[in-house]
Amino acid sequence: MFTSVDDVSARLAGTGYLASPAVATTVFLADRLGKPLLVEGPAGVGKTELAKAVARVAGARLVRLQCYEGVDESRALYEWNHAKQLLRISAGRDETWDETRTDIFSEEFLLPRPLLAAIRGDDPKVLLIDETDKADVEVEGLLLEVLSDFQVTVPELGTVTATRRPFVVLTSNATRELSEALRRRCLFLHIGFPDAELERRIVRLKVPGIDAALAESVVRVVGALRAMDLRKAPSVAETVDWARTLLALGAGTLDEDVVRDSLGVLLKHQDDILKAAAKLDLDAV
Amino acid sequence: MTAAPPADLAARLTGLVDALRSHGVRIGTGETVDAARAVEALGLTDREPLREGLAATLLHGTGQRPVFDAVFDLYFPRGVGAPRGGPADREDLRDRLAAALADDDAALMARLAVEAVDGFGGYGSSPASDGWSSYRTLDRLRPQTLLARVRDEVRGRDGAAGFGDRLLEDEIRRRIEEFRRLVATEARRRVAERRGRDEVARRAVAPSADRVDLLFAGKDRLAELRRTVQPLARKLATRLAARRRRAARGSIDLRRTLRGSLSTGGVPMRPVLRRRRPARPELVLLCDVSGSVSGFSDFTMLLVQALHDQFSKVRVFAFVNRVDEVTGLLVRGAADPEGLSGRIRAEATVTGWHGSSDYGMALGEFTERYAGAVGPRTTVFVLGDARTNTADPNLPAVRELTGRARRVYWLNPEQRSRWGTGDSAAPEYAELVEMHECRTVRQLSALAGRLLPV
Repeated sequence: MFTSVDDVSARLAGTGYLASPAVATTVFLADRLGKPLLVEGPAGVGKTELAKAVARVAGARLVRLQCYEGVDESRALYEWNHAKQLLRISAGRDETWDETRTDIFSEEFLLPRPLLAAIRGDDPKVLLIDETDKADVEVEGLLLEVLSDFQVTVPELGTVTATRRPFVVLTSNATRELSEALRRRCLFLHIGFPDAELERRIVRLKVPGIDAALAESVVRVVGALRAMDLRKAPSVAETVDWARTLLALGAGTLDEDVVRDSLGVLLKHQDDILKAAAKLDLDAV
Repeated sequence: MTAAPPADLAARLTGLVDALRSHGVRIGTGETVDAARAVEALGLTDREPLREGLAATLLHGTGQRPVFDAVFDLYFPRGVGAPRGGPADREDLRDRLAAALADDDAALMARLAVEAVDGFGGYGSSPASDGWSSYRTLDRLRPQTLLARVRDEVRGRDGAAGFGDRLLEDEIRRRIEEFRRLVATEARRRVAERRGRDEVARRAVAPSADRVDLLFAGKDRLAELRRTVQPLARKLATRLAARRRRAARGSIDLRRTLRGSLSTGGVPMRPVLRRRRPARPELVLLCDVSGSVSGFSDFTMLLVQALHDQFSKVRVFAFVNRVDEVTGLLVRGAADPEGLSGRIRAEATVTGWHGSSDYGMALGEFTERYAGAVGPRTTVFVLGDARTNTADPNLPAVRELTGRARRVYWLNPEQRSRWGTGDSAAPEYAELVEMHECRTVRQLSALAGRLLPV
């Protein structure tokens, strides 16, 4: 899919995703080695966006499995279409039992869910397993078969093996420790906060109307906040939001009043806001 | 970097993997093969993609990254030998460093670190015995004294106006910190060239945060450890919740199953499980906060505090040779863990006539004064090294405690082999209560996951 690491960066940038060298390298390797990519990192640094960007670059269909507590086999893999099966049975009343039974467990009555959908068919696909850490441990077991051999076993039909492997991205916020077995099958990528230079470029790309000097100050203030040991450090998403807010407020440069009034866009806890205001020498909020 | 021939490369890769394993990173053969494939795909021309590629294939978590970076710098060094050019002049180097700091030029800073170690870090006189030291380098170069100069330079250039000006000093401080790190890396590399990198990789690379010995952790290490409290507590909380959920599916309630079976003609189609009364366990922490073990008990107290909504009641008692309750201090201090031990010492009565710990006195006072705190639903954790300074260990008090509580555990931050040496009463106590060695965050989280009551 990609020819080199630089090729990855360039083509991702073409879709509006600016990748750090670490991200570009790992995406390149995941493609080259054919391994799933496990992406961890704080919320709002672009883990899910990465999967979407790769899908856009590859011209692939994005198949998304959103994990939550209680997601199970029938939500992740496949289900039988019971209503249709019942219709089929009642439609053919004068058939023998054997004919009916073999019929209703065929392709036609299968409802593929994300994991099965991702490995069937020949078109290119990107499989995004989002927030893997939210799912129960049993689901991880299910993922193991899919991710190591790219196959799914449906008891009534046999094993379905992928003819064309999807590009797999798993994301996690590390609320639960994923199993060692799952980690072993994946390449591991931690997306942290970007360095100042990259973040400036991201801000200017996502907020087109902003001028260079303001973008620079925005990134500097966010960098200072991240160094402060807050409960929730501002993420890239918040930086972009803040830049948009400043633009909407018509602020050409940063000053005490503007920062004080808009700090709530960056920080989501009252004690963080107070702490930051004190450290930045803003007057009492 | 220099292009290495393939055979050497395989050896270097396995050396890197071995060094990582010796630091507790679990790497299987499959991952090593993947790493080799990654090297093949990426080529050896560029060092940073190589670093990311190896990290992606070999590591499984974020905590391992600092160890990996240090080891990687040894096995795939930026350069070999000394930099070209004559010995650097100290003032000249400081000038250039100031300029690099002002421009925030990372590449130049890395080059200057190489020069600095070469020029000022060497010690010893004969070529066979000398080494390289980041401490000496930084001591002679004193990059921290450049702060005012760099600040004025940047201000003079950009003008002191604007909001960004107030961030400037902190930014420069962070850049200087980065330079110090570069110097340390470079000094390690030079030493490794001389002494063999396998040995240096094993000894000179700092362990990852969860394997740091809690008794000997320095100040910045403790700050790093504190940052691991929140995620650790969350992880433990999910584990406890899952265990509780499983335990709640109790045994079959025969009476209700049979009553339910009336509608199916006496065939018990649907077994009814007995519902357990949801009882949250109570927890009592008894912490030695004397100087020798304060890092450990601070950390454990914070962890339990972070877990407190898992229990109906958490009470924390601190002692040196007198006992006092500090639960209230912990609640108020949730936002400020830094000053915790100072506050405990200032606001609670934990010392009597002298300042050294006395387990016998403290335990005796606890069973007397706070008898009501421990009941049949309480699990008690005693945290401390069981060094009583040759005072009476007061075993009857411990016996009384075990008789009254549901369970009593003792977490000892000392190495098991040192229990019983000197004034340690650990073996005596260990006969009465279950005592566990708990020296690192890794051990602590494993123990907490196992011992905390459901």
